[in-house]
Order: sequence, then structure tokens, then C-alpha cells
Amino acid sequence: MYHYSEFDHDFLAARNAQFRAQVERRIDGSLTEDEFKPLRLMNGLYLQLHAYMLRVAIPYGTLNSAQMQVLADISEKWDKGYGHFTTRQNIQYNWPELKDVPDMLDALAKVGMHAIQTSGNTIRNVTADHFAGAAADEIADPRPVAELIRQWSTDHPEFQFMPRKFKIAITGSPNDRAVTRAHDIGLRVVERDGSAGFEVLVGGGLGRTPMIGKVITDFLPQEDLLPYLEAIVSVWNQIGRRDNKYKARIKITVHEHGIDEIRRLVEERFAILKGTFSGIDQQKLAQYTAQFSAPEFVQKSETTFKDAYHRDPVFRAWADTNITPHKADGYSIVSISLKKHGATPGDASAAQMRLMADLAKRFGHDELRISHEQNVILPHVHKSDLPSIHAALRAQDLATANIGLISDIIACPGMDYCALATARSIPIAQEIATRFDALKLEHEIGNLKIKISGCINACGHHHVGHIGILGLDRAGVENYQITLGGDHTETAAVGERAGPGFSADEIIPAIERIVTTYLDLRNEGEEFLAAYRRLGLAPFKAALYPEAQANAA
Amino acid sequence: MPKAFTPKIVTANDLLKGDVIYQTVDGWSRDLHDAEVLTDEAHADLRLIEGSQQSGQVVGVYLADTVVEDGQPTTTHFREAFRAKGPSNYVDGKQETTKQEVA
Repeated sequence: MYHYSEFDHDFLAARNAQFRAQVERRIDGSLTEDEFKPLRLMNGLYLQLHAYMLRVAIPYGTLNSAQMQVLADISEKWDKGYGHFTTRQNIQYNWPELKDVPDMLDALAKVGMHAIQTSGNTIRNVTADHFAGAAADEIADPRPVAELIRQWSTDHPEFQFMPRKFKIAITGSPNDRAVTRAHDIGLRVVERDGSAGFEVLVGGGLGRTPMIGKVITDFLPQEDLLPYLEAIVSVWNQIGRRDNKYKARIKITVHEHGIDEIRRLVEERFAILKGTFSGIDQQKLAQYTAQFSAPEFVQKSETTFKDAYHRDPVFRAWADTNITPHKADGYSIVSISLKKHGATPGDASAAQMRLMADLAKRFGHDELRISHEQNVILPHVHKSDLPSIHAALRAQDLATANIGLISDIIACPGMDYCALATARSIPIAQEIATRFDALKLEHEIGNLKIKISGCINACGHHHVGHIGILGLDRAGVENYQITLGGDHTETAAVGERAGPGFSADEIIPAIERIVTTYLDLRNEGEEFLAAYRRLGLAPFKAALYPEAQANAA
Repeated sequence: MPKAFTPKIVTANDLLKGDVIYQTVDGWSRDLHDAEVLTDEAHADLRLIEGSQQSGQVVGVYLADTVVEDGQPTTTHFREAFRAKGPSNYVDGKQETTKQEVA
């Protein structure tokens, strides 16, 4: 992975010293809140419902064991002993005190981490496939390019005061696990005539107006990437709307001007910018690529794995759901579920973080990943070590065998923490997981993604959930709207609204009726999304609103 | 026709801790029950301005609706109820500690 240079360390130290002085000036009264707020937001510090919240970037979801250890230490020293992993591959601390934040940032800087551009109208943390560098289906590891984009976008003077925030996601695999079609820019590594380049998608996004990204170019040569990205962002920076924050994102610009006009403007701008990139970016990319070289994979017997798989049904269930094929012989990708039934999706205690760090160090070539689905990944594990890892995970409540199943729910913090939320998300996720665990149905149901957001901003990706749940405030009561048939992958689709919303008491039985309908109507081996696409909304609507059916009859 | 004025409290977040606080007759409290109930619109506006001026101690000052039950102010909307109580997934925030005086 990328190692900070002396320049990086100095930059971060200077920036942290600057913020420390700003915090001091706020506390001693020299700065008002109006003056301080943009400064704290530039450093990832929000003021939420009950406390401050510090959002720390985990660039493209990659971290090593030392970094994970520090995340655990910070949670114990300055927070309440846990952290919350988010859909943007960040970690959030929900309870820091203002005076402690500079110390937290210094602790992060020691292991090459920070909270810069995790807020504000800037280019945010670049997200990537959480199986990057490990997946069997990958064309190329997207992380060197993600690092190049990170360096280019961090403190980029032209892009600090844009119409709105800007999010870039990248995948190196044809199977899109990075939700590239729902980002301002999505990049997909593609090959043409033996050389690697990118399909570039622009104008995707969720929120109030969900849009699937459109292809602006189907093949961009790798060496053109930065000038092309700069062209896109600068075109939007110039013509994007600043009159209305809900219309300020590039998806609206693309929608209003049309992709052909945007493409023309971008090409025009690119022609000017291309010459200003001297090739230093490609030299840097070569350096980063060397730093992301694959670990030394070993050859050893898989007997311990095979024995455990045949002997231990609990291990077998876990291996069947939480393991993904690896590109190297004898290796696996392990997804550690942060979705124990009834637990808060994405939360990990300090002890859990330390265990995962330790396992990465002992068995996983010192690498960890955070997925946008709020789980933690050990990307490089030899199969012979899986039984030991599973046993260790069980001791910390981390061995839940539910990856991709109905209880592996994305949920934003919702109104339990977030100042923007219109309803709670976490308790709904907890109840759904607990309910289907009690029914012992989730393995029978199979691959089914539930995604919950506590407001229209859609941090919980509800639009692209197979079942999406959106929490709203309806006349002073929490109300939950259901969408069906969303898809976050390469076949991305925005879910269809099922009908009127449900109260907090009604939403769990409503989800159960959807699932029962699916189980009744599915063909042999047909997953939920496929069944929905075949059947359409009608049978699910009938199950959700039996009274309406009765009245119509 | 303008809506009739309903009782209000002045609420904000504490600058240092970020915690939810309520304006009392002579300061701020972390406990909703200590809040000064404002039944007169002009007085409420004045108290809001007075609260907002204390930017060295508090952040995000606003008026929230309240009703008095058993002689104590309580919330009318679930958002304010969550602010007064703390998150529902852990016993954190105000649920951890008993009443503390601030400012």
C-alpha cells in the first residue's frame, strides 16, 4: 500500500498545527461559530445531534494493521470505545470533545491518516472496490490510480469551493462492487487492444434526485486520466448551479445540459488542460503502482481448511457466505461481518478493531479493507488459516455468517446521531436482522440487500437496495417508505417506490410480507432481484397493501 | 392568519462537549426539565437573541416547541425527544449520567 513521503508527513503536520490553533481560537472566543464552521468542516469535524462527530478518511478503503490499531486506540482514548464504518469507506467517531480533536488528528497523522476533505464542497475520499488487489475477477488493481486521484484532489486549489461535494469511485473489476454508477464520477478499468484505460461515467448520484451515471467516454487511455478528470470537474465548477444546493451536484448539470453537451465542453477543456500535465502524474503513478505490488503469496497445504469444512458445520456456514475467491491459488478473501444480528451496522468496538488488526498482521499480509457495505475485509488469507481466523473472530462476536444476506444491512446513523436525519435507521436494521434470525430463514432467502437511509440524502444507499427503506418525518411521526428492485452493481438501477410509507411498528411486518411473496413466487435458484425483475412490482404491492386490494375488489 | 404562538424553549449544543443544552432562567442545563418555558412570543424572541449572543459557550441556538406536563417542560416532536434522551442503540450521552449543571 501507499507509504507517506516526507512531504506528506510535513503537509499533514502543518495542517494539523493550523487546525489546532483554529480550535484554540474558537475556544478562547477569538473566532465565532460562523467563522469556525467552515474551518472545522474542512477537517472532517461535524456537530451532530448529541455531540461532535469526526469523520476520518480511509482512502479507497485500504488500511494496515498499525492504522487499525490507532483507530481502536483513538476510540478508547477520546471517544466511547467504538467507531462507525460508513458507506463511503470512512470511520466516524460519534462523541469527541472539541478540545481533543487536534490530539486525535495528530494521532492519526502518525500512521498516515487524516480527516481532510471528508466534508465540505470538495472532492471527497475516493472510494474503490473493497476486494481491490485480491479479487479473482479483477483486470487491474484500481488503488494506484485511486491514490493518484487522492493526491491530485487533496488541497487542489481550484476545487476547494465548488458548487457542492464531489465523489469519485473506481473499480478494477467488471463486477462492480464500488457502486461506480451512483457517483459524480465512476471509473471502470477496461482493456482495449491490450492496454488498460477507463470507462468514465459521470452524473450518477443518489440523494433527493437519484440518477444512474452516464458514459462520457467508453475508453480513456490511462495517461489522460488526470487532465480528463480535471476537465470534468472544472466544467461543472463553472456551469454547475450554485442557486440551490439540491440542484448543485453534477448529476443535475448533466441532466439539464445533456451528456452530449457536457462531453463537448469536457473535450474542449481537456484539449487545453492536457498540455499542462507534463507527465509527472504518470511518473507518480508508476511509483504508487510499485507500492501496491501484490504480497508474496505462499504455497501450502489446504488440509486444515478441508478438515474443518467437513467437520464443523458452523465453520462451513461461515466459509460458504463470508469467503470470496482470490486471484492467487490457495488464497481467499475474508469478509468480516459487522452485522451481528441486533448490532448496529458498521460499528466495531476497540477490542474488535484490535482483533481484526492482529489477524491481518498474523494471517493477512498486514492488509485490511473497509467495504461500502460497512464490513471489514481481510483481502489476502491462505485457506489453511481460515479455521484459526474463524475461531478468533467468534471470540469477539465477529463470526456472523451473513455476508450478502438479509441481515447484512446498510444503515446510515439516522436520527440516532445525524443532525440531518428525518427518522431513525439503526433500530429498523436491528429489528429486521433480529426478526429474520429468529425465523431462521436468511440462508433460505439467499442474496438480498436491504439498504436503509434516515433521510433523502441517501447515505444508506436505499435507492440501490434490492429492498430500500427511507425514513421520513410524516406529520411528526417516523414513517418508512419502501423501494424495490434497486441494484448497486454494473447493472445498476434505482428502485421503484412501492406505495405509501409504513410506521416504525408496521415496517418489519411489511418487509416480511415482501420476503414471503418472493419465497412463494420464485423459480428454482432465482435470487430476489431476478425474481423482482421477472415479476414486477404488482405481487409485492398486493402483499404490502392488502387493504387497497380488498377495496379495489 | 399567523399561527397562534405555542410554548417554546431555547435549545443549543454546548461548544466544548457538543451536548444538547437548554436555556434556563439564569444559564444553561443539560436537562430538558430545567429549561425555561417561554409562553410569550416577544419574550421568546428576546431570550433566543440572548442565547445566540453567548457564542463562546453555545452553538446552533434555536427555539423548540414544548408542552408542560406535570409541571415540567417536555418535547412535542420525536427529534427533540431524541435530542433530550440520546441515541437508541447504546446507553450513551445523557443516558449515561445523571443531571449535570453547566455554565
